[in-house]
Amino acid sequence: MSRTTVLKAVQELDYEAAFLELEKVVAALESEQNPLEESLALFERGQALARRCGELLEKAELKVRQLSGDSLQDFEEA
Amino acid sequence: MEQISFLATLSRWTVSELTRYLRQLLEADATLKDVRVQGEISNLSRPSSGHIYFTLKDPGAALRCVIWRTAAARLDLSLQDGLEVEVHGGIGVYEPQGQYQLYVDRVLPVGEGALYQEFLRLKALLEAEGLFDPARKRPLPELPRRIGIVTSPTGAALRDMLDTLRRRYPLADVILAPSPVQGAEAPAGLAAALRDLERLARPDVILLARGGGSIEDLWAFNDERVVRAVAACGCPVITGVGHETDFTLVDFAADRRAPTPTAAAELATPVTRPDLQAYLLDTTTRLAGYVTGIVGKLRSRLDTIDGQLRFHSPLRRLQTEGQRLDDLIRRGDTAQAHRLALARATIQGLKARLGALDPLSVLERGYAVVTRNGKLITSRGQVAQGDDLQVRVRDGQFGVQVNRLEEAG
Repeated sequence: MSRTTVLKAVQELDYEAAFLELEKVVAALESEQNPLEESLALFERGQALARRCGELLEKAELKVRQLSGDSLQDFEEA
Repeated sequence: MEQISFLATLSRWTVSELTRYLRQLLEADATLKDVRVQGEISNLSRPSSGHIYFTLKDPGAALRCVIWRTAAARLDLSLQDGLEVEVHGGIGVYEPQGQYQLYVDRVLPVGEGALYQEFLRLKALLEAEGLFDPARKRPLPELPRRIGIVTSPTGAALRDMLDTLRRRYPLADVILAPSPVQGAEAPAGLAAALRDLERLARPDVILLARGGGSIEDLWAFNDERVVRAVAACGCPVITGVGHETDFTLVDFAADRRAPTPTAAAELATPVTRPDLQAYLLDTTTRLAGYVTGIVGKLRSRLDTIDGQLRFHSPLRRLQTEGQRLDDLIRRGDTAQAHRLALARATIQGLKARLGALDPLSVLERGYAVVTRNGKLITSRGQVAQGDDLQVRVRDGQFGVQVNRLEEAG
């Protein structure tokens, strides 16, 4: 969470990445070691990450493919 | 007939005598006392006496068999016509019918018995190699991005697993590596599916599963090739083969063994969507809590500055501004928080500058302001002997008269 870390736009993160970063943000805020402005920036980031996670959870649909030779194909469920 | 008549002249037997003679002959034979023989059961009969009668057949011959009630009570196998068995016992003769028969004391199922021996042999071998070592077991990922499945593409096991994954953790990406799960093709197919799946799809965890069946149906999961492929897999493997009571060798080599395919899918998804939704709600609440704390601190600092501002009338105007900011903070508008911090810094700067300019603060330090008719005296040349002047100090003013003019220096 250093100031120099280049953060990806939350819309580009998949669930696991957003979730892991959210956990780090919460831990950083909990440590209360940051200057005020940094805390506020962390909070805003945390909110955006939580929103992203919520959206992804809401619309998640199990994606099923099957191995066919050396490639992946859509799997038609019976 | 001629010959029999001839023999009869030598020694005449009664039927009973001859039968007894044959019986003694057969029952004295050491080999016939301890016989293991394999065949198919037919003409099974269980009268109320508790004894069991049947015929053991193979394509060329038939053998009458008897199991006395006491031995029958010890059987751990339910006999039925058509069942292939290996029986143990001794040959005897039933005189009333002149019939030799086998008195059976043990019955083993043939296929299963042999398979079980093979199971034990291979288990001991692989165990000695360390393939089942608990230290080899890896932890399962908490949030698997990609879940691999090795099973039959048409089985109920696959449907059960997909339903479970969809219900618990639809964020996952599932890759199926189809393989036959029983029959001659199954062992090589399962081993290849495991290897291909890992190499081509790099899943975070693999489910190796099959629905319930007979021990023969599940046998591919005891195959050395499949067990070795599980042990060699680069990611954790969860097995779910058969039912609760079925144990196959892949279960011992796997990182986790589940009793059924559904249970395997549950183990692969320790954290579910409802868990994550609850966690998010909690996290959002905590985040808001931190910011309320931060805004509280901002506000108390601003209150302090506000109090200082009240001493200085030229700054009253800014108090209004401070009030407005204060209100913004009270509304907890975090988006404003950055701008607030900036505004606060500006206010502090203004306050310092205005404080330095305020004449009152100079008087506080002991300086006085001298005027004549309201005009500020800043130079010796402005006054003459006898002039009446006004002197302003910290807490008021008084009049003085110039009585002596001195040279500068």
